[in-house]
Amino acid sequence: MVDWLIIIYCGLITFFTRFSMIALLKKEMFNNRIREVLSYVPSAIFPAIIFPAIFLDNTGSMVIMDNPKIIAAVIATIIGVISKNILATIFSGLFSYWLMIFFNY
Amino acid sequence: MFNVSPLMIPVVPFGIIFGVLAIDLGLNAYTTMGMSIIIFGGASQIIFLQLFSAGASSLIILSSVGAVNSRHLLYGAVLSEHLSDLRLFWKIILSYFLVDQAFAVSHDYLKKSKDKNRYFHLFGAGATCWIIWQITTFLGIILGSIVPDKLGLTFAIPLTFLALLVNDFRKLINVLVIIVSGFIATYGYEIIPFKAYVIVSALAGLFVAYILTKLIEKKNG
Repeated sequence: MVDWLIIIYCGLITFFTRFSMIALLKKEMFNNRIREVLSYVPSAIFPAIIFPAIFLDNTGSMVIMDNPKIIAAVIATIIGVISKNILATIFSGLFSYWLMIFFNY
Repeated sequence: MFNVSPLMIPVVPFGIIFGVLAIDLGLNAYTTMGMSIIIFGGASQIIFLQLFSAGASSLIILSSVGAVNSRHLLYGAVLSEHLSDLRLFWKIILSYFLVDQAFAVSHDYLKKSKDKNRYFHLFGAGATCWIIWQITTFLGIILGSIVPDKLGLTFAIPLTFLALLVNDFRKLINVLVIIVSGFIATYGYEIIPFKAYVIVSALAGLFVAYILTKLIEKKNG
């Protein structure tokens, strides 16, 4: 069971990361370097969620062969880079995954 | 009045996917809805689910949510110059509503407009996101009790985050950061204790970004 307290703490953290800069910051406090490095946060953190969910199975061991998720993710990436469309990325990945599962099993 | 609608469309599947996954992973409807209202941040909520289902401790969940949210420091820093004259009340309200999509639409508007009440644009964008997020979470909760687990909807988690990264695949530094972070997370998943792989990989990725941007700066300077 999820503890309500954790949810509330997570809510507070989310709020305060948004609030702190608006409330405290004078623009000079952030130099361009910090700004630039912070702009890489999505590229640094999202792969840590993406890669294990694609390459590892439920037990945490690596699956390279016979892994429809890898192919589906590659298709989704290609579609995404070409179309620049969030929805097209998600659904091309999901549908190609479903197609592969459907025909293999 | 508000030009958020095109950017709102991606919020819809996120909300539904979150609702469906939460129910699939065994959360009840109240906690799922509560998360959308209290946390109100798609990436935070989905990483919460991911780590919770992997059996991570509260501390790891909290710090990972904090790490995911660190990008908001940037939004706040960028917006603060437009909002510095506002009363504390409005700063609090706007902070709660400051999600990626609201930032994206309002940032351009705030830069161009000279209107004293231009912050209202941000409020409208954020509030619209909020309403859509709550409705789609609710739809997801209902769907989650109907959709069979076998559909493999958990695969939607990496796909939604992948979708947020598609523009970064065009830039070399971003691609290198993505590879480093993803590699460490995959190989560190079992090795790094306490399921701290998200934070460790993110820090390693940021470190690489720091080094690379510094190298480029030197070359150009």
